[in-house]
Amino acid sequence: MKPRHKKLLAIALSVAGLGVAVALILNAFQNNLVFFFSPSQVMRGEAPIDRTFRIGGMVEEGSVKREADGLTVRFVVTDTAHTMPVVYKGVLPDLFKEGKGVVAEGRLGPDGLFTATQVLAKHDENYMPPEAAHAIEQAQKAQQTVVRP
Amino acid sequence: MAFNLYYYAAPATFYGLAGRLIPWFAWGAAVLAVIGLYIGFFVAPTDFQQGEAYRVIFIHVPAAWMGMFIYLVMAFWSAIGLAFKTRLSFMMARALAPTGALFTFISLWTGALWGKPMWGAWWVWDARLTSTLILLFLYIGIMALWAAIDDRNRGDKAGALLTLIGAVNVPIIYFSVQWWNTLHQGASIKPSGTSMDEIMLTGMLIMAFAAWFYAIAAALTRVRTLILERERHTDWVKRILEP
Repeated sequence: MKPRHKKLLAIALSVAGLGVAVALILNAFQNNLVFFFSPSQVMRGEAPIDRTFRIGGMVEEGSVKREADGLTVRFVVTDTAHTMPVVYKGVLPDLFKEGKGVVAEGRLGPDGLFTATQVLAKHDENYMPPEAAHAIEQAQKAQQTVVRP
Repeated sequence: MAFNLYYYAAPATFYGLAGRLIPWFAWGAAVLAVIGLYIGFFVAPTDFQQGEAYRVIFIHVPAAWMGMFIYLVMAFWSAIGLAFKTRLSFMMARALAPTGALFTFISLWTGALWGKPMWGAWWVWDARLTSTLILLFLYIGIMALWAAIDDRNRGDKAGALLTLIGAVNVPIIYFSVQWWNTLHQGASIKPSGTSMDEIMLTGMLIMAFAAWFYAIAAALTRVRTLILERERHTDWVKRILEP
């Protein structure tokens, strides 16, 4: 092996070693790197409920209710296994919709009601024209009606 | 092939080659950008949930890709430079850094402009955004380190070392959306298939090529300046610069 090849190998091994070290560190910090907790994780007691944290999931269909003051909104966040009621006073982002992803930051009250100070919309990685989205929706509905009987 | 490689690895010959390549890449970048932006803003359909605001992806995604990719190329040249002590490798690394920093900044900036109406926040400390910010700081830190060390060869090595250490960050950025819960959405383009309309994808890929061409043209222009600066005491540079 020529000296310069040895050097290249040494560099490659050092970078690989550093990579493994960082991977282990990140693995150890797994819980701190999570941006939000799902309602199921909160139920299992994995969320830091004594301080401000974020919950994430889907806005349950038909759960969004606006109060008379026009600013306060109540909705339910679900991860299909568990649900959590949320109350929020403020302006909602454009993408906030029933059946779509949401991340809310706030505190969990003793009554199980999550009081949010900020609501963020989380969207998915699908990009298509509205007609295509409509067609997919129709197809899914058709499939469900076929499966059900 | 090996012969050619060594031939062009000499700064004097590479200077001429780069000079001949730059117009092709520069014009290629301009033409592709015009086509890509036309498709992006006039041909591609409106998105079903984000409306018109999604069109930021035609700039945001190519910029983010280039920010990460240029860093990997820099790390490659740094490793080659450290192992083989080739002069041109370090110059290539130095020439790429400002362009990489520019693209990383553009991706963060356009992301913020888009995040406010879509997510409801200019900035969130999720894993994807934070690791991209670290990438920008790495670029700036490496350039500052080069600027701070007067001895050129020592500066080259120190910068290359920092570049290689920072390379760990690139896979973290890329896979952050898979490894952790992030606000940033997952990748639309995966080995298993693309979750994107075809025209939207075409526009984005053309813009990505435009970004590639621009990055190559910019890096080659910068490396030519570096070659002249470093080889100014040699005969061939004196011959070129003579009126």
